[in-house]
Amino acid sequence: MSFTDKINSLHLDILREIGNIGAGNAATALSKLLNKKIDMKVPNVEIVSFDEMMDMAGGSDNIAAGVFLRIEGDAPGSMFFMLPLEQATNFIRDMIGDETVQLAEPPYEELALSALQELGNILSGSYLSALSDFTNLSLYPSVPALAIDMVGAIVSYGLIELSQVSDYAIVINTALNEDEKSISETVKGHFFLLPDPDSFHTLFESLGVKLG
Amino acid sequence: MMIDQAVVIKVGIADMNTVKAPDVIRTSGLGSCVGIVLYDERRSIAGLAHIMLPDSSLSKSGPVNIAKFADTAIPELVNRLGELGASKFSLKAKIAGGAQMFQFSGTSDIMRIGPRNVEAVKKELNALNIKIYGEDVGGNSGRTIEFNPATYELAIRTVNKGTHII
Repeated sequence: MSFTDKINSLHLDILREIGNIGAGNAATALSKLLNKKIDMKVPNVEIVSFDEMMDMAGGSDNIAAGVFLRIEGDAPGSMFFMLPLEQATNFIRDMIGDETVQLAEPPYEELALSALQELGNILSGSYLSALSDFTNLSLYPSVPALAIDMVGAIVSYGLIELSQVSDYAIVINTALNEDEKSISETVKGHFFLLPDPDSFHTLFESLGVKLG
Repeated sequence: MMIDQAVVIKVGIADMNTVKAPDVIRTSGLGSCVGIVLYDERRSIAGLAHIMLPDSSLSKSGPVNIAKFADTAIPELVNRLGELGASKFSLKAKIAGGAQMFQFSGTSDIMRIGPRNVEAVKKELNALNIKIYGEDVGGNSGRTIEFNPATYELAIRTVNKGTHII
């Protein structure tokens, strides 16, 4: 029996709330950083196959900017902040005030990459601190690593831990986009939180709910 | 006018499939995963497996997806090609993937998964007496690969270096 079988709708609701609190905090941080209105969608929590997970993140073959970090502490897991290149470029331009920055082709500017990594750092840090406050668990982010590469190559890295236990991932997925740029509706950033299999128990327990 | 429409058979993550010319077979977004192509030149058939982990002993749950592990996927792929009429003794291999996508300090074993996958694939191919005729492994870029069983060419696309053929 796979660990995903033990998850019921109450558990999914809890995970959705976790995503809500974490990403809400991160969206506020992003808004402050860029001095812009940031729109956040209600998180969805889904049990998906690895291939579906790639599609959620923008399609295995497509190129995106991904910030990846490991969560250590009471409830280890992986976290991704995935941005389409277009959106990542916009964010970087806003952050460093240089309109010539591009991510369409390597080589990328050192400063642009550094800004993007810092963006990931701030966002994931605020996500995790909200999560840590909410659950009373100690959660420490690793230094985030940045890659501009195929979605499949980036995301599969976060699935390694999980793939030893299951063929499915429980994904807490929150989409963010800039409020004014509704023209490009498809341009979105995504947060993915992938708790390690053993961490679900800890997460639910911290909120007074039993697993299975 | 007749147009020969070759079908592209797609292989997902932790998945495998087989192909017969003129169709081609593709898997996209290989990071630390490894894509293994086995082909029989005379019969123009090939198989592709996209493995995630080196060894099925890493599996902590009961029934396993055999396409996920190097040590289970490769023998299964050999069997499936055998059923299609390939000779087990004439199979050749080309492999790609096994990148180290992210660099972390204090790298744990699980973070070294790319090189470990490559090692496991080579060990398994060696055990089955299948020779590797082309490889593009390691590095830190994702790869999308496509194999044409009519020409035995494996096209590898990366973000930084465009497409090249092995």
